[in-house]
Amino acid sequence: MSPGALALFAAGLPVVGALLVLALRRHPDVREGATLVVGGLTFYHVWMLLHYVRDHDGPFRFEIVEVLPGVSLAFDVEPLGLLFALVASFLWIVTTLYAVGYMRGHHEENQTRFYFFFAISIAAALGVAFSANLFTLFAFYEALTLCTFPLVTHHQTEEARRAGRVYLGILLTTSIAFQLLAIIWTWQLAGTVEFREGGILAGTASSTVLGAILVLYVFGVGKAAVMPFHRWLPAAMVAPTPVSALLHAVAVVKAGVFTVLKVAVYVFGIDLLGTLDVTMWLAWVAAATILLASLVAFRKDNLKARLAYSTVSQLSYVVLGALLANRFGVIGGGMHIAMHAFGKITLFFAAGAVMVAAHETEISRMKGLGRTMPVTFGAFLVGSLSIIGLPPAGGVWSKWYLGLGTLEAGQLGLLVVLMLSTLLSLYYLLEVPVKAFFSARPADAHHGGTAAHHGEDPAPHREGVHHREGVHEREGVHEAPWPCLLAIVITAAATVALFFWPDLPFELMTLLAGGDGP
Amino acid sequence: MNEHLPVLVVVVPLIAAPIAALVNRPRISWAVALGACVWALGAAVGLVRRVLAEGVIRYELGDWAAPIGIEYVVDAASAWVVLIVAAMGAAVVPYARASIEHELTPDRIPLFYTAFLLCLSGLLGIAVTGDAFNVFVFLEISSLSAYVLIALGRDRRALTASYQYLIMGSVGATFIVIGIGLMYVMTGTLNMADLAERLPAVAGTRTIPVAFTFLTVGITLKLALFPLHLWLPNAYTYAPSAVTAFIAATATKVAVYMLLRFFFTVFGAAFSYDVMQLDRILIPLALVAILTMSLVAIYQENVKRLLAYSSVAQIGYMVLGIGLGSLLGVTAGLLHLFNHALMKGALFMAMGCVTYRVGSVRIEAMAGLGRAMPWTMAAFVVGGLSLIGVPLTVGFISKWYLVQAALEQGMWPVAVVVLVGSLLAVVYVWKVVEVAYFGRSPAPEGVREAPLGLLVPTWTLAAANLYFGIDAGLATDVATRAAQALLGVLP
Repeated sequence: MSPGALALFAAGLPVVGALLVLALRRHPDVREGATLVVGGLTFYHVWMLLHYVRDHDGPFRFEIVEVLPGVSLAFDVEPLGLLFALVASFLWIVTTLYAVGYMRGHHEENQTRFYFFFAISIAAALGVAFSANLFTLFAFYEALTLCTFPLVTHHQTEEARRAGRVYLGILLTTSIAFQLLAIIWTWQLAGTVEFREGGILAGTASSTVLGAILVLYVFGVGKAAVMPFHRWLPAAMVAPTPVSALLHAVAVVKAGVFTVLKVAVYVFGIDLLGTLDVTMWLAWVAAATILLASLVAFRKDNLKARLAYSTVSQLSYVVLGALLANRFGVIGGGMHIAMHAFGKITLFFAAGAVMVAAHETEISRMKGLGRTMPVTFGAFLVGSLSIIGLPPAGGVWSKWYLGLGTLEAGQLGLLVVLMLSTLLSLYYLLEVPVKAFFSARPADAHHGGTAAHHGEDPAPHREGVHHREGVHEREGVHEAPWPCLLAIVITAAATVALFFWPDLPFELMTLLAGGDGP
Repeated sequence: MNEHLPVLVVVVPLIAAPIAALVNRPRISWAVALGACVWALGAAVGLVRRVLAEGVIRYELGDWAAPIGIEYVVDAASAWVVLIVAAMGAAVVPYARASIEHELTPDRIPLFYTAFLLCLSGLLGIAVTGDAFNVFVFLEISSLSAYVLIALGRDRRALTASYQYLIMGSVGATFIVIGIGLMYVMTGTLNMADLAERLPAVAGTRTIPVAFTFLTVGITLKLALFPLHLWLPNAYTYAPSAVTAFIAATATKVAVYMLLRFFFTVFGAAFSYDVMQLDRILIPLALVAILTMSLVAIYQENVKRLLAYSSVAQIGYMVLGIGLGSLLGVTAGLLHLFNHALMKGALFMAMGCVTYRVGSVRIEAMAGLGRAMPWTMAAFVVGGLSLIGVPLTVGFISKWYLVQAALEQGMWPVAVVVLVGSLLAVVYVWKVVEVAYFGRSPAPEGVREAPLGLLVPTWTLAAANLYFGIDAGLATDVATRAAQALLGVLP
């Protein structure tokens, strides 16, 4: 099988998984088991693609169908897409494990629908990763938006419906009004929409027109959440936590920044990008997003909301990396896709675990919880370190290269932004484990807990989560169910491992950026 | 028989019409109609194949040579329209059996099929004829039968809707016949090819621009271009479900074809665009139609009326393509002709399924149908996504060509309007989807999935939306050939 066909097979496996989920809807244990097995198979097949990319032998392109003359649905395998696919398919397995504990511990309804659309969304994300051209990418990008909609609105409450409108509204508006326009414009100018090394747009139009197209791409990829088109991401937090963890910290948002990087490298080419005036302006928009979103995160007491804004901020690191238009920026941006994924999913898993075990969503009410949930909050600490960019966590490396990239581009101001953002994240993330471990539990926590327990007026949680069983006594709080815990430990361990062995993402990104070694 | 296809495709449904009335038994009349429609579809496929292989087919009626006799001319454009109309006919008749039995009293059913077949043959006739006056005759056949079909709706308001359409349609037809008459006065011929030859000589007179104007206004009334669309929403809303599906997918499309035929073949692109500056009228009107009618659609509480306003907006897309006047633009318009027939056919049929089970198509009546009628609503979602223009549906193909045609001429604001129209479509489609899938109240007791007789045709069209969105090569090829034929560009 050619690598392209293998990629198609790998992306098709989750669809098979989704159908299995439907067929096994009456047997929850078998249903989840099937998802896990299919997840393992998917990851294995993506992994098999690795040696093709390393050896780089032969054409990888696999055409599924020619939709219009010159525009086809086609798959290809290249380093960036492979990295994204590896991350997404690996974390799918871990998230499924987590979801088993979470969805049951939380007594969620419609679990078959949940697992079905989850699998379909992963297939769409892999489709984005392996796209050989802009058309294919756009098709799967839109599919990802639509397939995650039922997950975002899972609870079918009025709040979920409103959040769903924001979600769909922003993502569809940006993609149809800006991105599609940019894609058709690219086709008009270059006569092709294929991704090619060195780009396809060089020399096709004036720098004004190309700059306009770049602006359309950067804002048109709403999933990259560059301000002012970021509101959908906090809105999506009404979803069950596994969805927030995998889709809104990994698959969906990474599909966005992946698209930006891919367009930068394979449609514009970093050489052309460096010559456009508008590139630096956009880099500063990304920088502004980094800072503003960090400031907003600061003010959020709801843990998932804070993590969501942290994600908005971190996504712009990748966008910034792409717009620095040099090798270091691309390497740093690409590595950040992987590093941020592992760190942020750990944080979301921990947030969900606190919700399941202690029924707390607000940071101010988590004081002292660290003693009863040491594993959860320990993992949270590790994840925070990675996002901040401190050893011993993988996030160090991507920030290192992004920093080098700003210097290479001669933009000291951007370096300062990165430093400031690090300081901000240091505060807003570490506040959580510090409160959990070192603050004494306030005297009224008992009453707060018991009042909620007796349930005179259990204020509706912001996530729209319904508690279908009484809240445990604080004294009775213990760690989340074991599948959740196992998942948290795996991702936290992976985050640390990426500090010591960042070789794989680094190798793939140097292949992407060209040249040998830094 | 093959050589007589151009005329047989019209005559067979025309003869089947009185037979359907004479047998006067609902099921047998239905069978007659089905036979005629399937035959017409086969003939249409045959015509498309022959045209693509051999080029233009000329057929002299009764062997009277043109310009004395009436000539039928089938080029790629006419074959394309014949195919669309015949295919929609063949899709609607199987659907009509259950739907019409539910909505009409038994004594009217044979008459329904008679009117349906007359309408079909009229529409097919407009597409194949090469004679200007013959166009008018077929237009009247199709219009009069369409008035009858709409008046059959069980809601009493169908009568006023039909009456409204009758008045407006007659005004339009009168304008058209005045335009044709003026041309005849100046040239002494009614044959289109002849007209095209003789018109340039008299193009400098006052009369020909006047004829052109009468024709333009008359035809745009028929195709419901904003602001001449007032007859359409009521007609679509109150007609029986099967009729709405058929008329929405064909009648306005054939009017668009008439517009193309007169502008390009009879008057010629140079006269229409350079002298009469048609683009300056069509493009603004089309843009206004896209924006305002999509906005109006958002505020509708009846889904059939919502889709009707959406149709007016979508006609804007077709007219926009024509207004651009380029090969790419006309191709986009012709593609959308086909694609819009597929999407609106599927959507109106899905609404027919809802009428069948729930009895209402108001938005609040959709509550809970996502669970109660999963297949019907899934077809609606597919049609809706296609209307929005999501990739891998036919709607995307139309948008791709249309935006490209606008960018080609440097009109990027036009491209933006096209895409904004898609976004408005998101709003009105999602309004329905939300109620169907998020409604607090479940569907009324006893509401279940529509019968297979309705579901199969609905899903055939829904699947066609996906198939021709994924494998668009065939449709784009024929549409490009049709545009080339109209513009006189050699492939």
